[in-house]
Amino acid sequence: MPDAEPELLARLRAGEETAYEELVRRQTGRLLAVARRVLRSEEDARDAVQDAFLQAFRKLEGFEGESSLSTWLHRIVVNACLMRLRTRRRKPEQSIDELLPSFHDDGHRVDPGPPWRPPGPDPVEEKELRERVRSGIDSLPEIYRTAILLRDIEGLESGEAARLLGIQTEAFKMRVHRGRQALRGLLEPLLAESSP
Amino acid sequence: MTDEEHDLSCRELIDFIADYLDGALSPGPRRAFEEHLAICPDCVSYLDGYRETIRLGAAAFSEPSELEEVPEDLVHAVLSARRSGG
Repeated sequence: MPDAEPELLARLRAGEETAYEELVRRQTGRLLAVARRVLRSEEDARDAVQDAFLQAFRKLEGFEGESSLSTWLHRIVVNACLMRLRTRRRKPEQSIDELLPSFHDDGHRVDPGPPWRPPGPDPVEEKELRERVRSGIDSLPEIYRTAILLRDIEGLESGEAARLLGIQTEAFKMRVHRGRQALRGLLEPLLAESSP
Repeated sequence: MTDEEHDLSCRELIDFIADYLDGALSPGPRRAFEEHLAICPDCVSYLDGYRETIRLGAAAFSEPSELEEVPEDLVHAVLSARRSGG
């Protein structure tokens, strides 16, 4: 736990109003950014952050400092977001099969394509690429999008993410892998060496 | 993959890319994976693109400006809900 945290935690447990305000002000920006990424709805994201803080306040006595407060809150807000996703009505999802590599009978890839060129240093190109990557992730079916967000962007270990989703770890790892493959398929036309 | 070594196909290699990058392959399968990469430029290219995809995904959502914004109304809503026993 970072140095200043035991003191903040003690003040929170003592019910100091200024400690609560300090925690909320320090953490809201980051937690809201996480919730926006997962939920893609400003209203839902704000509700999830509020739910997460209230859950955290109720659980403060049981927090044993096994991680930092930031990490603990991050986990709680991710869980709050996933709970909201579960209650959303699912739209029929498009298949990602056409984005995945296909293979000849001998196991070689069909149309392997050229290597990727490294992205250039131009900030405009970098910004555009960032937007295209975001849009690519957002276009994936929800189960793959969520898997990539949890593993590659929020940095959760596969076992923990699987537990939050209520699925087996191997099933989660498969979703991550297929999601990454599909995203790679979406980015290939932009980044393969023969592209402009 | 079992620890029995055999020549991997490109299809098999791609199935194990995530475990390879996570360091989760045991020595035998990792050796088979790397031996295939040594002779297959297509798979080297696929692996490079896969790695870059992970990197780009993480970078795409790392805008510092998002982290600095703190909506006052949300802060007040959280603190108010706490005080009223939420």
